Amino acid sequence: MKHIADAFKHDKALIAYICAGDPVPDATTQIVHALIRAGADLIELGLPFSDPIADGPTIQAASQRSLRAGMNPDLFFDLVKTLPQTVPYAVMTYYNLIFHRGIMTFAKDCRNHGIGGIIVPDLPPEEADELQEACKKYNLDLIHFIAPTTTPERIERIIQSSSGFIYLVARLGVTGAREALEDRTKSLIQRVHTDIPKAVGFGISNPQQAKEIINAGADGVIVGSAIVDIIARNTDDINKAIKEIETLTRKLKEGITE
Amino acid sequence: MKNNKKSKFGKYGGQFVPEVLMPALYELEESYKKYKEDPQFNAELHDYRSNFAGRPTPLYHARRLSKKYGITIYLKREDLVHGGAHKLNNTIGQTLLAKYMGKKRIIAETGAGQHGTAAAMAASSIGIPSEIYMGAKDIKRQQMNVYRMKLLGAKVHTVTSGSQTLKDAINEAMRDWATNVETTFYVLGSIVGPHPYPAMVHDFQSIIGNETKAQILEKEGRLPDSIIACTGGGSNAMGIFHPFLNEDVELYAIEAGGSGLKTTKTAALHSASLCVGEDGVLHGARTKILQDKYGQILESSSIAPGLDYAGVGPELSRLVDCGRVIADNIQDFEALEAFHELSQLEGIIPALESSHAVAYLKKADDLGDLVIINVSGRGDKDLSTVMDMQI
Repeated sequence: MKHIADAFKHDKALIAYICAGDPVPDATTQIVHALIRAGADLIELGLPFSDPIADGPTIQAASQRSLRAGMNPDLFFDLVKTLPQTVPYAVMTYYNLIFHRGIMTFAKDCRNHGIGGIIVPDLPPEEADELQEACKKYNLDLIHFIAPTTTPERIERIIQSSSGFIYLVARLGVTGAREALEDRTKSLIQRVHTDIPKAVGFGISNPQQAKEIINAGADGVIVGSAIVDIIARNTDDINKAIKEIETLTRKLKEGITE
Repeated sequence: MKNNKKSKFGKYGGQFVPEVLMPALYELEESYKKYKEDPQFNAELHDYRSNFAGRPTPLYHARRLSKKYGITIYLKREDLVHGGAHKLNNTIGQTLLAKYMGKKRIIAETGAGQHGTAAAMAASSIGIPSEIYMGAKDIKRQQMNVYRMKLLGAKVHTVTSGSQTLKDAINEAMRDWATNVETTFYVLGSIVGPHPYPAMVHDFQSIIGNETKAQILEKEGRLPDSIIACTGGGSNAMGIFHPFLNEDVELYAIEAGGSGLKTTKTAALHSASLCVGEDGVLHGARTKILQDKYGQILESSSIAPGLDYAGVGPELSRLVDCGRVIADNIQDFEALEAFHELSQLEGIIPALESSHAVAYLKKADDLGDLVIINVSGRGDKDLSTVMDMQI
C-alpha cells in the first residue's frame, strides 16, 4: 500500500477526486486507471453520503448518481481493493458513515483495502479525537482542512494534529469548479508555515489555476468538480468521459510540472 | 485538539461542521454570551416580545376538553404568537443578535414555511434582508406560506437537491452560510445544528416554560403533573420543558408516528427519531437520527410538516436517554382526530404539529390530574391539507 506522503515525494502533486460509483460502480476502476495514466499522484475517492453539506451542485449530483447506482460502504471497500496500488488513495466522506460503521472498523477497513488517508469535511479537529486515534492505530493519515476563515491560532493547532498533507480550502463556500482564483487563496498558502505538504482544493478547474497555486507555494492541487463535470456530461458514454478526463488530467499535471 | 465540553449534552451535540464555519461558531458563541447579559439587547428583546410577538401568551383552562378526559387540562397558547406559532420567539432573538453582531443579511431554512415566515417577520421588523431556503416539494405543498414570506420581503430559494424537503433546505442554508459566513447570520429554526445553536434556541424558547410556570402557580397554586409537547426538532418542547426539568413533573415529547413506525429502503414512514432513531451525526450535531444500515439519512414523513425531520435536538436525545423526558409518538390519523377534537370542543384550531400533543391525551395511560399541553401553533396553515384528506 502506498502512503499519502509518497504522492509528494518527488514533485508537486496532482490530487484527483472522483465520487466512487459515479455514474456506476464499474466505471470507477476505468476512470482511476485513466487518472493514473495521465499522471495523478493521489486519488481521492468520494464515498457518497445522502447529505453532503460541504459539496456544491456538481458533487451533490455525483453522489446522488452513485447512491442510485447502489454504492454503499461495503461495495466501496470491495471496489477499492481491486484498484492498482501504484498511487496512494484517500477516502473522502462525511462523518456519519464512518461513525455508523464504527470508527475503528472504518479505519481498519481502509487499512485492509489499500486506503492511506481519510478526509472528512464535516469533522473539525475539535471532534476528531476518536478518528485520530483509530488512524494512528492503523497507520493512516487523517487529513485536516484549513479555510480562509481559519485564525492564525487555529492554523497552528491544526498543523500540530496533521499528517499526510493539509487540505487548504481555496475559498469560502462549497466544492465546485470556478474560473478565477481569489487573491486570498494565495495569501492563505503563504499564511500556513509547515513542513507537511499543503494541497489546495475547492474551485480549481484548469491548468492555469493549478500553476498559479503551485507558484504561490503549494505542494499540490486537488481537482474534483472539473473531473466530475466530465462524468456528468457523459453518463451514457463512459469511454468518451474517460478520454476527456485523461486529457484534462494530463494538462493539469503539465500545469504543475515545470 | 480538545473537545469543547460545553458544546455537548452528555455524548450528544458537538460541532460537526466544515472548518470554514468553525470560526463563525466561536464568534456566535462569544457574541451570544456577551449580548445575553447586555441590558440594551434585553430591553429591545423584551419590547419585541411584548409589543410585536404579543407575549406573554395565555395559559388557558380548556374546560370542555378537561371534562371529556376527566382531568384538568391547560393549553399554553403559543398559537397566539404573532405569525401563528412559537417560531417567532426564536427568530426575534437570533435576528436581533445578528443586528448587534453587525451582520448584513440573515438566512434561514424552512420546512412548512412557519420558521421561514417567522424569520422573515423578524427580519423585516428589525430591518435586515432575509433569504429563506425551502425544498421544492415543500414549496409546492405550502404555497400560501411561500407567498407570506415573499410578502414580508424575504427572498425564497427553491432547493432541488436530495429529497427536496427540510433536511435539504438545512443543507443548502449551511452551504450558503459557508459561502457568505463573514456577512451572514444563519437563523436556525430549532434546537438542532452545531453548538451553540441548540443551547441558544433553547434559551430563546424557554420563555414559553417560564411564563407557563408562573401562570400555573397563579391559577392552580401548584405545578402540573405532566406537560405534553409535540417534537420535530424539539424547540417548542424544550422551550416549555426547560424550567420544569428539576421539578416533579412528567415531560412528554410526542413525535410524528406518520403512517406507522416502519421504514422502506430510503424512507421512514414517520419522523420518530427519539422513539426509534439511532445515534448518528446530522447537520452538525451528534443526536438520534433516522438512517439506513449504512448511515445514509432516511427521508422522514408526517402529515405535520413541522415535525417532518430525520433528526432531533441533541439535548432531547440526552434527556430521553436518561429517562427525564418520555418520548412517544402519534400517527397521522390520531393527530387528525385531535385536530377536529380541539377545534370542536374548545374553539381552537391547532396546528397539525400541535395536534400530536393534543392526541396524546387519548393515548396516554396516566397523565395525572393536572396537565399542560403546549399548543405550539395554530392550524390555519393546515386547512387545505385537512380539506384534501376529507375529499
